[in-house]
Amino acid sequence: MKKNGVKMIKIKAKDVDVFYGKKQALFNISLDIEENQVTALIGPSGCGKSTFLRCLNRMNDVIDICSVKGEILINDFNINDKGCDVVRLREKIGMVFQKPNPFPKTLYENVSYGPTIHGIAQSKQEMDEIVETSLKKAALWEEVKDRLHEPGTGLSGGQQQRLCIARAISVRPEVILMDEPCSALDPIATAQIEELIDELKKEHTIIIVTHSMAQAARVSQNTGFFHLGQLIEHGSTDKIFKNPDNKKTQDYITGRFG
Amino acid sequence: MNLILFTFIVLLGFTSYYFGRKKAYTIQSTKKRLTALPQFYGYYLAIWCAIPAFIIFSLWAIFEPTIVKLLILSDYSNQGYLDDELNLIYEKTKALSRGQFTGEITPFIEASAEKYLSLRSIAQSSKVVIVLSAIIASVAYAYKRISSNSRTREPVEKFLNAVLFTASLAAILTTVGIVFSLIFQTIDFFKVIPLFDFVFGTHWYPAKAFVRDSSEALDPTMYSDTFGAVPIFAGTFFIAFIAMCVAIPIGLMSGIYLAEYASYKVRQYAKPLIEILAGIPTVVYGFFAALTVGPFLKELGTSMGLEVSAESALAAGGVMGIMIIPFISSLSDDVITSVPQSLRDGSYAMGATKSETIKRVIFPAALPGIVGSILLGVSRAIGETMIVVMASGLAANLTLNPLESTSTITAQIVVILIGDQAFGDPKTQAAFALGMSLFLVTLCLNIVALKVVKKYREKYE
Repeated sequence: MKKNGVKMIKIKAKDVDVFYGKKQALFNISLDIEENQVTALIGPSGCGKSTFLRCLNRMNDVIDICSVKGEILINDFNINDKGCDVVRLREKIGMVFQKPNPFPKTLYENVSYGPTIHGIAQSKQEMDEIVETSLKKAALWEEVKDRLHEPGTGLSGGQQQRLCIARAISVRPEVILMDEPCSALDPIATAQIEELIDELKKEHTIIIVTHSMAQAARVSQNTGFFHLGQLIEHGSTDKIFKNPDNKKTQDYITGRFG
Repeated sequence: MNLILFTFIVLLGFTSYYFGRKKAYTIQSTKKRLTALPQFYGYYLAIWCAIPAFIIFSLWAIFEPTIVKLLILSDYSNQGYLDDELNLIYEKTKALSRGQFTGEITPFIEASAEKYLSLRSIAQSSKVVIVLSAIIASVAYAYKRISSNSRTREPVEKFLNAVLFTASLAAILTTVGIVFSLIFQTIDFFKVIPLFDFVFGTHWYPAKAFVRDSSEALDPTMYSDTFGAVPIFAGTFFIAFIAMCVAIPIGLMSGIYLAEYASYKVRQYAKPLIEILAGIPTVVYGFFAALTVGPFLKELGTSMGLEVSAESALAAGGVMGIMIIPFISSLSDDVITSVPQSLRDGSYAMGATKSETIKRVIFPAALPGIVGSILLGVSRAIGETMIVVMASGLAANLTLNPLESTSTITAQIVVILIGDQAFGDPKTQAAFALGMSLFLVTLCLNIVALKVVKKYREKYE
């Protein structure tokens, strides 16, 4: 996709290798992510797509035995550099997880968590505004505006996931990573989240890992297909789904394996 | 005789297990389908063989002496003996029959002794006969059931159910029994000492009650200033407070370190090491407090110009705190570890540091469990005896100075019950009253702790 005729690249991954202990999980991944677009990562279970996603905000640091090699440039800055401030990075790159994981706090505290720890809001009013806009953007405001001070764990699954999205966008990240955000949700909640993703891409670059090919086709502009730790093919979603170059991609898309 | 019979029943039980199983194989060999695995046939037969026999056996053991006594003493009825005298006659009879009687032998007693012996031997032989016939009857019944290949699994399961039920019933009944004995003795105590004096009196000096000549009648006014429990309640809570001041911060912080910061290797070694603390007998802590910490504090205080008692509340409380550390650290470690990883990930992904994550997400999530662990620690501290007895003195001073000696409920119970004591004496009953109040306090704490822990569980399951 092109914007004003120029492809805007937000994230540039170059030769990324990931190891869990001695086992190599990702081989030589090079992938460009376009700004303000939705990029879907698809592939069978265990192919490394989630691992790759977690490289982008260095969540793999949390796992002791995991090591990442290669360059990942975000705004031309290598996040695997020693000088990279992980806290700053994660403020810019938000993440939504597979299972909704609201904190056992009130709805308000869930959304204000990020702005509080990063000192974004100067006053109570400002914080109220951030919470309101974030919840509105996450299409949750109307449902919860009267019970902001009730625990976030009391919501339904779909609402919880939208709360997690509100939490993620509260610090205005440039990129939002979504790791199978709909796999724990019913079709209606899934449709809501997909609609939301479409809305969010105006302001954020979105990378979504999904098991549902239909979902990838619906929400994304670009798609990358992973298999056994390798990036087999990537390109525009249209092309990948209609006319893939690689036979493996073709087979996976048409449901012959995976 | 009883032992032989008992062994016989057990052996017979085992044998019938094998016969039952063998019968099952025989049925199987006739190409019939068994209703259960062969061992169920064995269990079924063994249960029918041994259990009725045991029940008769135990009932006999319980009722035989009473019945024999009734029969012996029936000779003496209508002769105007008092109950105590009748008991004495019975004891004499038993002693004579065993050849251990040394007093003057009257013909009456001699006749009774002979009757006693003959009754006993009749009882013995009829017991054997009845038990054996019970075994024969029940085994015959069970064997017939097995032979007709009727169901054995359900009865065996029901029997196991009954056994487990009996076991828990025994535990519950024991608790109830203890509580009731506490209650009755406590009520007796409060008949002599007004409840008000006990709860609000500020002077505890039970030795005063000991000086009384036991032949004198009880004079309640004499005790008006003897059993005021305020100083020992205050001492108990004070020492527990000191202990928790040591145990909560150290225990909690080491729990957080183990759960969140320690690498797998460190945790592997550190956790058992901390738990060793929990395995040290409290009496060892006691003399550690009395012989090492106490004198050390005294010297330290003296060098700073403070007056420190060698048996100070600080020494006892501090060492007690060390004893409680592993409870709090180990429990809070478990609670923190059980906070789902997804919450940690969520917080890290928002750009929170480790300490922010712990402070803002993990700690609040784990708080109910941590509070539970602290409350369990408090009830340990309040119930702890040995350290206080050894290290904090036995004089019940009403003081809030940690450098002086104070005493606790548990230590006072020890003081009261060491040496000679008479039942029905207020001094002895005071121990029951103290035990009762201690029980109530720890009961409340445990109930609150369990409630809190339960609330926490509901959140994640």
